[in-house]
Amino acid sequence: MNFTDADLAAIWLTLKLATVVTLLLLLIGTPIAWWLANTRSRWKNPVSALVALPIVLPPSVIGFYLLVFMGPNGPLGHLTQTLGLGTLPFTFEGLVLASLVYSLPFVVQPIQNAIEALGQRPLEVAATLRASPLDTFFSVVLPQARPGLLTAAVLGFAHTVGEFGVVLMIGGNIPGETRVVSVQIYDHVEALDYSSAHELSLLMVGFSFMVLLLLYTFNPRAAFSSGVKS
Amino acid sequence: MTSDQIEAQFNLSYPDFTLDVNLSLPARGVSVLFGHSGSGKTSLLRCFAGLERPQFGELSFKGESWQAGKQFLPAHKRPIGYVFQEASLFSHLSAKDNLNYAIKRAIKTSESGSPQIEREQAIELLGIGNLLERQPHQLSGGERQRVAIARALLIQPQLLLMDEPLAALDLPRKLEILPYLERLKRQLDLPIIYVSHSPDEVARLADYLVAMEQGRALCSGSLSETLSQLDFPLKLGEDTSVVLEGIVTERDRTWKLTRVQFDGGHVWLRDSGHAIHSEVRVRILARDISLAKAPHDDTSIINTLAAEVVEIITDEHEGLSLVRLKVGNTYLISRVTRRSAHLLGLQQGLTIWAQIKSVAVI
Repeated sequence: MNFTDADLAAIWLTLKLATVVTLLLLLIGTPIAWWLANTRSRWKNPVSALVALPIVLPPSVIGFYLLVFMGPNGPLGHLTQTLGLGTLPFTFEGLVLASLVYSLPFVVQPIQNAIEALGQRPLEVAATLRASPLDTFFSVVLPQARPGLLTAAVLGFAHTVGEFGVVLMIGGNIPGETRVVSVQIYDHVEALDYSSAHELSLLMVGFSFMVLLLLYTFNPRAAFSSGVKS
Repeated sequence: MTSDQIEAQFNLSYPDFTLDVNLSLPARGVSVLFGHSGSGKTSLLRCFAGLERPQFGELSFKGESWQAGKQFLPAHKRPIGYVFQEASLFSHLSAKDNLNYAIKRAIKTSESGSPQIEREQAIELLGIGNLLERQPHQLSGGERQRVAIARALLIQPQLLLMDEPLAALDLPRKLEILPYLERLKRQLDLPIIYVSHSPDEVARLADYLVAMEQGRALCSGSLSETLSQLDFPLKLGEDTSVVLEGIVTERDRTWKLTRVQFDGGHVWLRDSGHAIHSEVRVRILARDISLAKAPHDDTSIINTLAAEVVEIITDEHEGLSLVRLKVGNTYLISRVTRRSAHLLGLQQGLTIWAQIKSVAVI
């Protein structure tokens, strides 16, 4: 395989995007998953549905609303402009934000399932050992839910690597800034450069297969019970 | 206000179950909540722990309020240790780290004023020194439960709550752990509330007994008071018995027998190896006491006590009578056929000879 500089830039950008998004999603998704797993609030079902929405919506719809939301006349656009940050569409930061929304369910659901699978007993045991709820979260829940966290990280990463529609809507096609591998493949095909498209596509197939193979090998139950379908 | 009582009043309703109790337990020794499964004894224990929050509840421990009206001390702030029925060790920690989990979060003994239970003491008391490096899944059920008990002690509790800690174990494992529980009871000055449905565990461990049925406490009192009541609300059938606390006063080397003195008399039994002056509990089953009008020496029975008939009732089976007897300040129960009771002319106040066929140290 001989990748061009543009291909390598796209690969590097994709890895950077997926890494940043995965780390942020673990930070954001874990408290949401914890809350969903334990709450008896009437908001549980609406919030669950909202989190799962990106699974069923066409990426173009998500991308469209995010574009409006972050655009110069959108609420977030107003805020970022007031703060002197310009607007987010067609920037790497904008892409990160969009990917957070897009990949959220793939991180929240495995963690939520893992926490729910623990049941109440370990939490009760921790309470009788004088651990506060926060202490219990760090000393019992996180270590015991580790397989779920691992699944969540892998799925979040892989799903972000695989996104296309949202990127196109929100990020366009700016080399080194928003042109990720999936977009680069699209460009190659547009230019009828099928052999370059082949090489990158094969890389993606190989990568995705390896990720899932690892997941099923080391963590078959968690992958199976993640409840995530894409 | 200081008190040495645990005062509890709970009202907890589920669609298919209601717990409604008003109890006062001594804050010392072992109080057993005794009843069949579904009687609400575990729910009651969870209310003591703060794991269950009843719609209405008042709970004070030695005069210190844990729950009253809207005030509710959450479980992690109560000075309790809790042993669950099934294994409750954290699966991601080794046995040693499970103990350390408790040590890190232990109640400062300067606050509680009670003597510290040292790590080594707990390990020695439960005989788990050689298990510390193992992961929970490498331990047998009995070993896991011993580690869990040690862990509950190392939190330095002022009250230990135990929910049928032996119920999930088979008989050999039960017999393996019971001696550890008895040592714990003897060596630590720690009040224990113990949930059980086993008459054996009651006989061996209880100082105070609460009989529970359908979410209510039917009767409560010291072990000797409650067990020797003929109308003890939970039918024990073949297990109907009394438990006497006594002291070993003599050991007959020739015949390998031990003499145990209790309040009102003494019994001879098979030498159990207990040293003179040691305190022992003996259990006498109602079916092992027969009655006679005169003492006999032409019998193999070695224990014959003069007793006064206090009360007679018909047992569950109409062919049998239960007779409550008073020997000194101690009560015994004898189960004889109703025909024998009639032929002997048993009536309240009559003096009769109780022939005890078998006595067991427990």
